[in-house]
Amino acid sequence: MSRVWRFGNDINTDQIVPGRYAPYMTGEAELRKYPFIEARPDFAPNVQPGDIIVAGRNFGCGSSREYAPQALKLVGIGAIIAPSFARIFFRNALNLGIPLFEADLTWLADGTEVTLDRDQGLLHTPQGTVQLPQPPAWMREVWAAGGIVPYVRRYGRFPGEAAA
Amino acid sequence: MSQTLAEQILSQTAGRPVRAGEVITTPVDLAMVHDSIAPSVIRVLHEELGAERVWDPERIAVAIDHVAPAATVQTAEQQNRVRAWVRAQGIRHFFEQGRGIAHQVLVEEGLAQPGMLIVGSDSHSTAYGAVAAFGTGMGTTDMALALATGRTWLRVPETIRITAHGRLGFGVSAKDVALKLARELRADGATYQAIEYHGFDDFSIGERMTLTTMAIEVGAKAGIVAPTGAAMAERPVPAWLRVQPEARYSRSLSIDLERLEPQIAVPHQVDNVVDLAELGRVEVTVVYLGTCTNGRYEDLAAAARLLRGRRVHPRVRMLVVPASRDALQQAIADGTLATLLEAGAALGTPGCGACIGRHMGVLGPGDVCLFTGNRNFRGRMGSPEARIYLASPEVAAATAITGYITDPRAVLDDAPSAVAA
Repeated sequence: MSRVWRFGNDINTDQIVPGRYAPYMTGEAELRKYPFIEARPDFAPNVQPGDIIVAGRNFGCGSSREYAPQALKLVGIGAIIAPSFARIFFRNALNLGIPLFEADLTWLADGTEVTLDRDQGLLHTPQGTVQLPQPPAWMREVWAAGGIVPYVRRYGRFPGEAAA
Repeated sequence: MSQTLAEQILSQTAGRPVRAGEVITTPVDLAMVHDSIAPSVIRVLHEELGAERVWDPERIAVAIDHVAPAATVQTAEQQNRVRAWVRAQGIRHFFEQGRGIAHQVLVEEGLAQPGMLIVGSDSHSTAYGAVAAFGTGMGTTDMALALATGRTWLRVPETIRITAHGRLGFGVSAKDVALKLARELRADGATYQAIEYHGFDDFSIGERMTLTTMAIEVGAKAGIVAPTGAAMAERPVPAWLRVQPEARYSRSLSIDLERLEPQIAVPHQVDNVVDLAELGRVEVTVVYLGTCTNGRYEDLAAAARLLRGRRVHPRVRMLVVPASRDALQQAIADGTLATLLEAGAALGTPGCGACIGRHMGVLGPGDVCLFTGNRNFRGRMGSPEARIYLASPEVAAATAITGYITDPRAVLDDAPSAVAA
C-alpha cells in the first residue's frame, strides 16, 4: 500500500527544494531531508518508499533545478500524478526514471491508501480502480531502463531515435 | 509549408522540416552551464555517462553567476572544481565571477545569435529568444547529455502568437508587458509551447530580453521575438529565418501597449498580477533592482532618472545588482551609478545575487521586497515569511523613494508630496 500526498496547483521548485538548500550550498548527502521542507514540513520525515504525490495542474514550475525531482527520487516517490506538469520538471523527472501520469485525481484525499500498478497504469483506490493515461512507449522504455542515462548507455542513442 | 519561428529553427538544426508535435533528436548550436548546476553536470557527464571529453569545447559557455563571489566553503570548493574542469576541457567561453549573468553575457558577447538552438542549465535560458534564437532551459542530466553528444531530444512545440499594437506610455516599460502577459496567459498558459512576439520592432535587445526571460514564467519552452526592427540591424538574421504569416499558431493574443498601465505581481505567484493602481498601500523594506529580467544598464538608468536628487526612504534598503560588468561600467561612465549610490542604494557584484535566496541580500522574516526579477515564489529569496512583489525598474525607483509601492508617474508628477508621504 502507498499513501497519497496531496498538493495544490502550481507547486514550484522553490517549494519542492528551496534554492538555499541546494546541493551547491550544503552538499548532496543532505538532499533527502529537504523535499517540501518549508511548504510541508511533515513530508520528508514521514514519506515512505512507493508513496504517491497527487497534485493540481502545473506541478514543478519554476527552476531547471534537477535536485527537486532528485530529492523526491531519494525518498522513493513511486509516482507523481497531476493534470499537467511544467516541462523542465517533466523532463528532469523522466530522465531520473520517476513515473509521471497526467491525470486529474485531485478528488483523492490526502492520506488515502492506494496501490499503483505502474506498468498497467492502474491505481487501486478505496473509491475504485482508476486507469491512468499511459505515456508513449518510449517514455515507458526510459522508466524501464531506470532513467535516461542507463537508457543511453544501454542503447547508444536517445529514445525515439532510429538505431544507427 | 509555412512554419513558426520555432519550427524553422528546429528544422534547420535537425536538418529536415519538422512540425509541432513531433519528438526529434537534434544537434544544438550552443550549450550554457552555470555554477550552481555545473558541478552535478560534470559528475553525471564523467561518472554516469562515462564521457571523458565534451563534444565541442568551442560551443560550450560556462558562467559563474549564481553565487558570485562564493558564499560558503562548499560553493567556493565547487566553483574551483568547475574552473579546473573548464581548463582541462579547453573551454574558451568561460565567464568568471563579476562578468555577469550568463544570459546577459552571452548576448553581449555575441555568442547567442539569430536562428541558433541554445540549451542552458538555467530555466531563464528562454532569454536568447530576444535575438531570435531558440533558447530553452534544461536540468542536469539533459545538460550532461548535451555536453557529451552535442545533441538533445525535443518535442517541437506549438506556438502562441503575441501581437503588440502602439507604443508604451510614459512610466510604463517592457516589464509591464511581461507581467501583463503572465496575467493573461497564467503560469501554465504556454506549457510545452513556444511564444512568438510580434509588433515589438521599436524594443531594444534589452527590452526584448525582459519579455523572453519571463516566457518560462508562463511555462513556455522558448520565447522568440520576431527578428525585425532596428535592434536587429547588427545581428545577422539567416535568410531562412523569416516570419511566415501563414504559419499555424495554437493561439493568438494581442496587447495594446498604448493603454497598458503599470503592472505588479503580488505574492506568491508570478501570475497574481494586477494594475498597480488596484493595489492598496504596501510598505516595503527592500527594493531589489537587478537580475536577467531587469538588471541592464537601461534599467539602472531608468531608476536613476527618478532617483536623481532624491533619497531612498530611510526605512528601505535598496540593493542594485547590475546584470553584467558591461552594464555596471556603462552605469559608472555616465554617472548613473553615482546617482543611485548618492540616493542611498547598496551595490552588489554583477550576477544573480539574492534572486535565488543564496547570498548578498537574502530576505528575512517580515521583509517585503519590491523586486525587478522574475519570480515571487514563497521562500525563493530567503525566509518563507517574506513577501515579494514583482514590478518594473521605474516602479522600483518610485517605491524606493516613498517607502511604499508607488506608481512612477506619481513621483514624477508630484514629487514633493510623494517624498513627504
